[in-house]
Amino acid sequence: MSLTARVGLVFAAALCVVIVLMTFERPPVNATQVGFRGTAMEQVVNPRTQAVRLAANRIPEALEAADTEGEKANEIYENVQVLGELSVAQFGRIMQAMTEWIAPEQGCAYCHNVENLASDEVYTKVVSRRMLQMTRHINADWTPHVGTTGVTCYTCHRGRPVPAAVWAATIQPLNGLQAPNGQNHPAPVANDSSLPAEPFTPFLLQDNEIRVISTTSHPRSNTANIMSAEWTYALMMHMSEGLGVNCTYCHNSRSFANWSTSPPARLTAWHGIRMVRDINNAYVVPLTPLWAANPRGPAEGPHMARVGPAGDALKVNCATCHQGANRPFYGAPMLQDYPELGLVSQGPLRAASAAPQ
Amino acid sequence: MAILTFERKYRVRGGTLVGGDLFDFWIGPFWIGFFGVTTAFFTFIGVGLILMGAAMGGTFNPWLINIAPPDLSYGLRLAPMSQGGLWQAITVCAIGAFVSWALRQAEISRKLGMGYHIPIAYGVAVFAYITLVVIRPVLMGAWGHGFPYGIFSHLDWVSNVGYQHLHFHYNPAHMLAVTFFFTTTLALSMHGGLVLSALNPAKGEVVKTAEHENTYFRDLIGYSIGTLGIHRLGLFLALSAGFWSAVCIVISGPFWTRGWPEWWGWWLNLPIWNK
Repeated sequence: MSLTARVGLVFAAALCVVIVLMTFERPPVNATQVGFRGTAMEQVVNPRTQAVRLAANRIPEALEAADTEGEKANEIYENVQVLGELSVAQFGRIMQAMTEWIAPEQGCAYCHNVENLASDEVYTKVVSRRMLQMTRHINADWTPHVGTTGVTCYTCHRGRPVPAAVWAATIQPLNGLQAPNGQNHPAPVANDSSLPAEPFTPFLLQDNEIRVISTTSHPRSNTANIMSAEWTYALMMHMSEGLGVNCTYCHNSRSFANWSTSPPARLTAWHGIRMVRDINNAYVVPLTPLWAANPRGPAEGPHMARVGPAGDALKVNCATCHQGANRPFYGAPMLQDYPELGLVSQGPLRAASAAPQ
Repeated sequence: MAILTFERKYRVRGGTLVGGDLFDFWIGPFWIGFFGVTTAFFTFIGVGLILMGAAMGGTFNPWLINIAPPDLSYGLRLAPMSQGGLWQAITVCAIGAFVSWALRQAEISRKLGMGYHIPIAYGVAVFAYITLVVIRPVLMGAWGHGFPYGIFSHLDWVSNVGYQHLHFHYNPAHMLAVTFFFTTTLALSMHGGLVLSALNPAKGEVVKTAEHENTYFRDLIGYSIGTLGIHRLGLFLALSAGFWSAVCIVISGPFWTRGWPEWWGWWLNLPIWNK
């Protein structure tokens, strides 16, 4: 063998060893059984990775509870439209909490004109009013999904003015004869697989059926096809990643469609899909004009995108709340420390600028 | 029986690994040997336990019989018979029978003065089985990670293990295994087609020889591996398929817990195109 060939072989072998050592994980791993023994329905996690996730999904320490007695906020302050039922102490507490949850660096000025706190001139104040109503709506009307654990602003925001995990319509590259379906590109929302890159518009904004199991073995009347399977698959991969679980958390893959062999978590997820659709359509999309008018956020900053590349709002998917945990904050009940969020008025917003467009 | 003309050559004493001459005898056409006895022993016990499991499971429908491993909570301990202990006992019997059979093949190879190709080839299949029910469960810390014994139930297990990793086709070793399986069948079909064509010429023509076979493939793809080479290639392809199958499952769980597509991040992040 020539020297060149030997050097080449040694180099290739070393490269393989490096790839193998650098790219894999190692035992021990932790496994949780989901289904009957022997069905391989189990959640397998790397305890090293899991420790990082647990640390990243802690709830902040609750603020000291506020006195519920005393004058109400709308008797003292002007233009209090959704938090008027709170006592003044509670009102101050939730304002402080929201600042820490959403704009810890920017402070009150992120939403308020500090010269005139009652003014609606900063658009973010109008947005947050609607977001408060959304939070109340989720906790009051979507208990099949959020249970009594509920959500707070922090569930999604986690100290950031714009939640870390959001989605917007993508502009697909049109190379050659390639269809704009995201094929042959790694789709970050689908675990970097070559599946449709943006499965959210059809399923989390529109209410297309997430259903691809054939009910017949014959082709003609069969509405299920590979393309709809790929769209569904991409959405499901997003759900898995967003929740830090694998497919068997909700499905026995011997029949994805069959409810009687599915773990109960699938029912929670089913409600979750409908909840996200509801949030996107009723709360997020109607606020688009406000974000479109401020595509990089308020004048004072922080300057980060408020709309997607196609000009649509940054919308909600499973990862927005879950952020890699099967239950946000692994089920830590944060809402119970903030009774103020249960007093948000669901009545229509008064100012013209405050109403969803 | 035509086989009888070979009998004198095959019925030779010696070559045993264990037991000397003690089990070196035939019953009818079957050579016994020490490992023949152990194979029969483990097979009878194992099949008996499977039938017992079927009786306990409530169905003798061969498609539906299911003898499942223990719950993960038993870890690497023994489980009660009805809670997966039966699976553990059957696993011991299966490994005993399979390994005995491989050793019996080795003894026969020695007896006949052959190479060990057959026991090694069969050993790869046994290794794949042991990977599934011993090596991977031990690496993951529970016998419950083994696959259940049942025709439908083991398929459900395979499917669910795949979906534990979101999209199993992105498993690099699975890619290699599938490629080797397909290439095995491709090579076998081309080889079979070639041999049948050479041996079944058109009416009036003579049977063709290896020279014709070589010429055909040299014309077609510029190379012929030859009459001996194709069998070595076939063995390599088939064993590689089994070997990489074992690798693809042993890395799924112990050495990778997330979706397989994500594993390719190192490729997507190579500094060549990721700037």
